[in-house]
Amino acid sequence: MSHAEQTMDFAEAMERFDPVLGFEVHVELNTATKIFSSAPNAFGDEPNTNVTPLDLGLPGTLPVLNREAVEYAIHLGVALDAQVAETCRFARKNYFYPDTPKNFQTSQYDEPIVFDGHLDVELEDGEVFRVEIERAHLEDDAGKLTHVGGSGRIQGASASLVDYNRAGVPLIEIVTKPIVGAGARAPELARAYVTAIRDIVKAIGISDARMEHGNVRCDANVSLMEKGADRFGTRTETKNVGSTRAVQQAVTHEIQRQAAVLAAGGTVTQETRHWHEDTRTTTSGRPKSDADDYRYFPEPDLVPVHVDAAWIERVRAELPELPAVRNRRLKGEWGFSDAEFRDVVNAGVADQIAETVEAGASAAAARKWWMGEIARLANVAEKEVAELGVTPAHVVEVEELIAAKTINDKIAKQVLGFVAEGEGSPKEIVEARSLAVVSDDGALTAAVDAAIADNPDVVAKIQGGKMAAVGALIGPVMKATRGQADAGRVREIVLERLGVG
Amino acid sequence: MPEITRDQVEHLARLAHIRMTDEELDTMSGDLEKILEHVSAVQAAAGDDVTPTSHPIALENVFREDVPAGMLTQEEALDQAPDSEDGQFKVPAILDGE
Repeated sequence: MSHAEQTMDFAEAMERFDPVLGFEVHVELNTATKIFSSAPNAFGDEPNTNVTPLDLGLPGTLPVLNREAVEYAIHLGVALDAQVAETCRFARKNYFYPDTPKNFQTSQYDEPIVFDGHLDVELEDGEVFRVEIERAHLEDDAGKLTHVGGSGRIQGASASLVDYNRAGVPLIEIVTKPIVGAGARAPELARAYVTAIRDIVKAIGISDARMEHGNVRCDANVSLMEKGADRFGTRTETKNVGSTRAVQQAVTHEIQRQAAVLAAGGTVTQETRHWHEDTRTTTSGRPKSDADDYRYFPEPDLVPVHVDAAWIERVRAELPELPAVRNRRLKGEWGFSDAEFRDVVNAGVADQIAETVEAGASAAAARKWWMGEIARLANVAEKEVAELGVTPAHVVEVEELIAAKTINDKIAKQVLGFVAEGEGSPKEIVEARSLAVVSDDGALTAAVDAAIADNPDVVAKIQGGKMAAVGALIGPVMKATRGQADAGRVREIVLERLGVG
Repeated sequence: MPEITRDQVEHLARLAHIRMTDEELDTMSGDLEKILEHVSAVQAAAGDDVTPTSHPIALENVFREDVPAGMLTQEEALDQAPDSEDGQFKVPAILDGE
């Protein structure tokens, strides 16, 4: 089935062709109920329990629009600086598939609720690329299919199981205009665009935006045209790419594959393609055919939606701060340089730093820990920083322990490691593992006396005025106390005992 | 006046998953043409000042509040299913015969 296709070296492809991109991003809205029925909109429940007769496509059922879904769409429209349609309608998109029991998807066709917007996407080096938004429309999600037999793939399956819990979950599909001029940065832009959409829908609270749960799914359209050409090439549509990294890889692969096809004198087939995470390649799905004649017509069971200016203005006034605006504000408040702040954003720890600062730590300290030891621990564990188990509250606690001179920086790093391993909060760990710095003079004096007795030559040097040799006595004391001695206090005691300084 | 060809009827029947005999295809193309002709009388009557409508009653913004209600149990949901397994509807192989 999936045979490897020829690809062209990316740099070579970029010398010959200009890529043109387009994205359709489906966002699941986090309303309490579905878009046209009162069944709960929830992920991970027992199959076929979040359903009403409407979600099963049973005869005689009628849809009623969830007001909140419209409200959320307006939020998105305002966030994308787009037009919100004064009136819009729903339409039936007719096709037969077991995940769609009513035999049509209720969508919007010629009257999307949101149109003509734009999004300024920041690339990793800070360059800003404007992506024009063609439209965003409301529709219902389909049920979830599990294929039985045929090793879980649809090909060769003996039967399929259907869970309709997802059927009717509100979706908003965001469609870009063709994106030209990104050149070799097209794959990077693809990733940055989907990331920006994900961050916006999360920030304005209309979606949980968890790509691993399928809350945000991307169809990536790619075509190539010869350098200097003024007509777009034939495009392919890679379906359901499920992570921001995969979007970048899928676009890279399609560029390389299409370049090889065109360079060999072939033509690109207009088709849907499937993304394979394991091989990082796409394979042919089905070509566009008769079956794509969806016979859209206005949905007779739903009445038009009218959004007046007052509604839009109320939403605009309530809209939370957008990620780009928030980033500008935080950068100023934290006093980070452009490069420092960009590194923080690219490392995905801006939220953690913000929460840590909010909880009482300084921005510099928060940055030090999240970009330093915690990032290192996450890297070693091959996890996202957010999944490591270290929270902003933990970082604040570590800072408090350091400020109280209970631990030093070196011990703090060990403590964070134990926090990541699930041993508890920093204070609990310091207590349980007896990691507190020893500043008890009795214990320290004994260790200092031992060091003096063991190193008469060093003592002679110090008494002879070579103060730099003090370090050679502090070392053994630190060792004797397993690094938990307060080095400053040890130095004072050494000088006292030797009667110098 | 739009002409409805036999090919168009066959295409529509295929999209709608309706099996039709040769005879039915022949008569249906003529019938559909008559129906369209009849409906087009309405189109002719509407002037430029009449906006297209998808609903006979002038209603808009009929909304439901976002509150869960009326769920079926899994047992109820699967009650009418020809086949089920593990709490899910079981359907024949999708790609079979394609």
